[in-house]
Amino acid sequence: MEALNLDDAPPPQVLGQPPQQNQQLPPQMFTTAAQLLDLTDKKLMVSLRDGRKLIGVLRSWDQFANLVLQQTIERIFVPSLSPSEPGLFADVPRGIFLVRGENVTLLGEIDLDKDDDTPTGYERADVEVVHRLWRERKGREAKRERGRRARLLREVGFEGEVLGEGG
Amino acid sequence: MLFFSFFKTLVDQEVTVELKNDILLRGTLKSVDQYLNIKLDQISVVDELKYPHLSSVKNVFIRGSVVRYVHLPGNAVDTALLEDATRREAANSGGKAK
Repeated sequence: MEALNLDDAPPPQVLGQPPQQNQQLPPQMFTTAAQLLDLTDKKLMVSLRDGRKLIGVLRSWDQFANLVLQQTIERIFVPSLSPSEPGLFADVPRGIFLVRGENVTLLGEIDLDKDDDTPTGYERADVEVVHRLWRERKGREAKRERGRRARLLREVGFEGEVLGEGG
Repeated sequence: MLFFSFFKTLVDQEVTVELKNDILLRGTLKSVDQYLNIKLDQISVVDELKYPHLSSVKNVFIRGSVVRYVHLPGNAVDTALLEDATRREAANSGGKAK
């Protein structure tokens, strides 16, 4: 540590300017904490492993990327099935979230200039409508997936009760 | 720690990160940590229309565990140096294990 003395002149600092940054970045710059520090109190889009999209203000976090989000909304997207029609999206108010880090895939800082823009090819719609469409779509996909899985299992010799989700 | 050090040498380079959910993100590598979490600045999304949630996002923090590939600029990688470092690391850790 540097030996400082009361008689030393204070470090030169220009008013209104931050202190000069070291050209060689110190190793603590490369921790998860340092990476999340400058996202704190920012409005973020958090994409979860199950495909959900949360938008909220990052208030706290730790080294595992466990996150606390405030004023969170969940944004549900339903892509359109034909190129001539726009997809739909809606926001559901959710409140405060504590997200366990393992479920996070990506955090994006929202550009506040573009925040109110509607995503290309999408239109805002009523929450009820979007939610119903989304559930129908999910249900159909799950059914198709069950069918596919059953067929694959049958091909390799599994039969009867072993098929399907329950087992 | 070798890949952590390696990625640190690539800071400020343009890279493309492919996630396990098939999203491809191109951007400037801003920072990396011991879990190989990655921070990208000025991102552009390949096939952006398919991922509307990223349309108003300018920089991202990607959790290391969801990364499938990182595409690197070839001229920024000194493969000979990397080979050397790998041998050195292997020699060191081999000594420790015994």
